[in-house]
Amino acid sequence: MKNLFVYLEIEDNKVAEVSQELLTKGRSLANELGCQLEAVAIGYKLSNIAHEVIPYGVDILHLFDDEKLTPYTTMPHASILVNLFKEEQPQICLMGATIIGRDLGPRVSSALTSGLTADCTSLIIGDYEDKRNKKTFKDLLYQIRPAFGGNIVATIVNPENRPQMATVREGVMKKAILDEDYKGEVKEHIAEDYFTDNDLAVEILCRQVEKAANNLKAAPIVVAGGYGVGSKENFELIEELAHCINAEVGASRAAVDAGFIEHDRQIGQTGITVRPKLYIACGISGQIQHLAGMQESSIVITINNDPEAPINAIADYVITGTIESVVPKMISFYKQNSK
Amino acid sequence: MTYKMIVLAKQVPDTRNVGKDAMKADGTVNRAALPAIFNPEDLCALEQALRIKDQFPNSTITLLTMGPGRAADVLREGLYRGADKGILLTDRAFAGADTLATSYALAQAIKKIGGFDLIIGGRQAIDGDTAQVGPQVAEKLGIPQLTYTESIESIGEHSVTVKRQIDGGVEIAKVEFPALLTVTAAQQCRPRNAKFLMKYKRALTPGESAAQGKEPYPMDNPLFLAEWSVADVGADIVQCGLSGSPTKVKKVENIIFQAKESRRIEDNNQEIEELVVELLNNHTIG
Repeated sequence: MKNLFVYLEIEDNKVAEVSQELLTKGRSLANELGCQLEAVAIGYKLSNIAHEVIPYGVDILHLFDDEKLTPYTTMPHASILVNLFKEEQPQICLMGATIIGRDLGPRVSSALTSGLTADCTSLIIGDYEDKRNKKTFKDLLYQIRPAFGGNIVATIVNPENRPQMATVREGVMKKAILDEDYKGEVKEHIAEDYFTDNDLAVEILCRQVEKAANNLKAAPIVVAGGYGVGSKENFELIEELAHCINAEVGASRAAVDAGFIEHDRQIGQTGITVRPKLYIACGISGQIQHLAGMQESSIVITINNDPEAPINAIADYVITGTIESVVPKMISFYKQNSK
Repeated sequence: MTYKMIVLAKQVPDTRNVGKDAMKADGTVNRAALPAIFNPEDLCALEQALRIKDQFPNSTITLLTMGPGRAADVLREGLYRGADKGILLTDRAFAGADTLATSYALAQAIKKIGGFDLIIGGRQAIDGDTAQVGPQVAEKLGIPQLTYTESIESIGEHSVTVKRQIDGGVEIAKVEFPALLTVTAAQQCRPRNAKFLMKYKRALTPGESAAQGKEPYPMDNPLFLAEWSVADVGADIVQCGLSGSPTKVKKVENIIFQAKESRRIEDNNQEIEELVVELLNNHTIG
């Protein structure tokens, strides 16, 4: 009762990165709350999952192993979580802010009438005072997220309803094995007791999953372009610089929306989170959603013709000038001076 | 074949143009201070419904929105593009709703409309980016959902087949009616149609008619835009608005950047070469 639950996303019998990251975050929040960390795996042929996740400090792993549960469709997974949560009464439930998490989370929260906050960038335990009703709530989950087009950061709480639910994007939290020999219990449930045939309303006719086309997430150097790059042609300069210094190319949402580059290169709250040792931001003004995806970069260089661009506030080096002028200089000086 | 479709639309503040007075003291958005637009992905939802109607012209599209009186603008905007009917769900008691209270109110209105095959909405709205209302409405109605739909592949007598985005790929999924789809921006909405613009530019809700000192249109007039309150949809007032919202805003911070010591570099050969050499020497690059 009152434990912290993490929903494990499983693809090809592997636990998704984001779920592993949430187990690490969940473990530290559970320690602070003095409760147990429980994980839920729903799918087929899950015998290896315990070995994969218990070292993150999972006290109880719930397994729902049934051929009908893969590939993922919303309703059977939602029914299992809803029925399990009615039994277990968790205080917190965390999910990845992936397509699956953003499809499943709201369905579960609606059925349980519990509050859900999407795309959190930070989770903290704290107290909340409801001034209107003169009530104080101890040890709530502060769900912190940029909102309103990134112009504000909101802290959301769910004072009364349980579980407190939040989704978090991949790469926002850091994963770390706690103890290879951690002792956790595995509970194998009879999956069919938790969903009905009516839940199998969606038929998946065909599915194509490809490995990520780029290595942006793990790249040590990222060169990213924003709307200020101006055109698809200018974006080729960004790509040339990246190629030259062995970097991956990234982009802001505005650049993706303008069609300068494909969507899978988008960095930020609604894209990929990166932590490179060097981040070169070209023509990016620095909306909070973009910063949310790159602010942990070790060194930041900005290239902007606006000397007052907000992103300059987090930059180590601010180059004031146009992309067309600065980027070719960088390429040629790199070529002259390397080797 | 004909289909009865409901398109969910939200009027959103244009978050690209945010001024200082955009937030109220209680942390809720001061929508009055911002230009209001038809949420972009909801227009894409309308487009999917219009494509079905192109194929099966006797199908109907009812546009449903919840908001203050001025949200009737999105209903007219939808009629200009080919929707048949608009319903504005409006009541003071709906104010301050989070996604759960919003989905409750919408589900009540949909039950009143009744008899639908498909509900289509945008994946998410640009003011909140939560993507929660679609799935929550589906749950409240007890019907299946297909989120992140990119396109409708085919539609049969009792079912629809869609292509939808999944993590790292796409899938083709089939579901029987009634069902709810949320759609991404993969297919943009067609522009306004001049004929519909002429036909519907005087469409008004009873509230708007009254404000202009006019008699409201009779309900069977195509220019009548319905206006439903909490009582009209038989909603439990406690489950609406702020009181029906489990999430509370504890704090809202405007973005203030923490300035750190940064080195300014001018766009000339000498300074840029020095920077590149420095990065090479300390093994940041190369």
